[in-house]
Amino acid sequence: MDKTSLLLGLAIALFVLGLLGVIVRRNVLVMLMCMELMLNGVNLSLVTFSQQSGDTAGAVLVFLVFVVATVEIALAIPIVLLLVRDKRTLDLAAYGDLKG
Amino acid sequence: MIDTLLQQLDSLLLVLFGAGALAGAVLMLVLRQPMRVAMALISTMVLLGGIYGLLGVHFIAAFQVLIYVGAVMVFMVYVIMLLEVREAVAARYSNWLVPGTGAAVLLLGTLCFSVWHGLAAQPAAPVPASGSGAAAFGIARFSASFLSEYWLHFELTSVLLLAAVVAALAVIRVSRRSREATSHG
Repeated sequence: MDKTSLLLGLAIALFVLGLLGVIVRRNVLVMLMCMELMLNGVNLSLVTFSQQSGDTAGAVLVFLVFVVATVEIALAIPIVLLLVRDKRTLDLAAYGDLKG
Repeated sequence: MIDTLLQQLDSLLLVLFGAGALAGAVLMLVLRQPMRVAMALISTMVLLGGIYGLLGVHFIAAFQVLIYVGAVMVFMVYVIMLLEVREAVAARYSNWLVPGTGAAVLLLGTLCFSVWHGLAAQPAAPVPASGSGAAAFGIARFSASFLSEYWLHFELTSVLLLAAVVAALAVIRVSRRSREATSHG
């Protein structure tokens, strides 16, 4: 197995594990961290492709993903703090009334 | 002789780092305490940084450690300590565990198959001259194209950051209003 397919397999595995974590875990903070894991998997595939083709576009996109990840966490954490202050729990099942 | 040895060491390290990152990701799903999950995620991110370094994109490796581990995860760990989860026995998994796992396995299979198919169908890629990825491009070429070709995208991130600041202010206002409502009511 060559390097590219190995790295792409790792990227796919990280993405799918992150998605699985978002689906099956109940703790809100753990779900947020699993979203970060998904972004990391995507970053790895971007770097792999950009190294393979010698094009800088992938690396630029990785930097933009860094910004997006930081913004996402910076906004998600205050929202989680608000929810926890309201419900006194991190369990997702308690937030059922957000369905509207 | 030394060259091939170094190359083999390179691929060995790559496989080791990859296996470690994968193990960290699996641990994230299994561990119960948010703090341990955060530690597993941090180790995964650092190992991914090692992989980026091995691939020759050292600046991305540096930013992976600086931004992800240094900013995002420190913030996360801080919040975990701040919240200090009180619930004694909370179920680890929702009742989506079985269908979610099945769907994830299916997705994994589909993605792997299609990527493998695409790689096989591709005419043998023109590998960069030196063989290892180290010479593909360095930070000089990256920064030149970042600030000349992609300057608009770079500027657009500042719009995103502005939107984030406004949204954070909105969240603060909501929390203040809800606090006033509870104190009055």
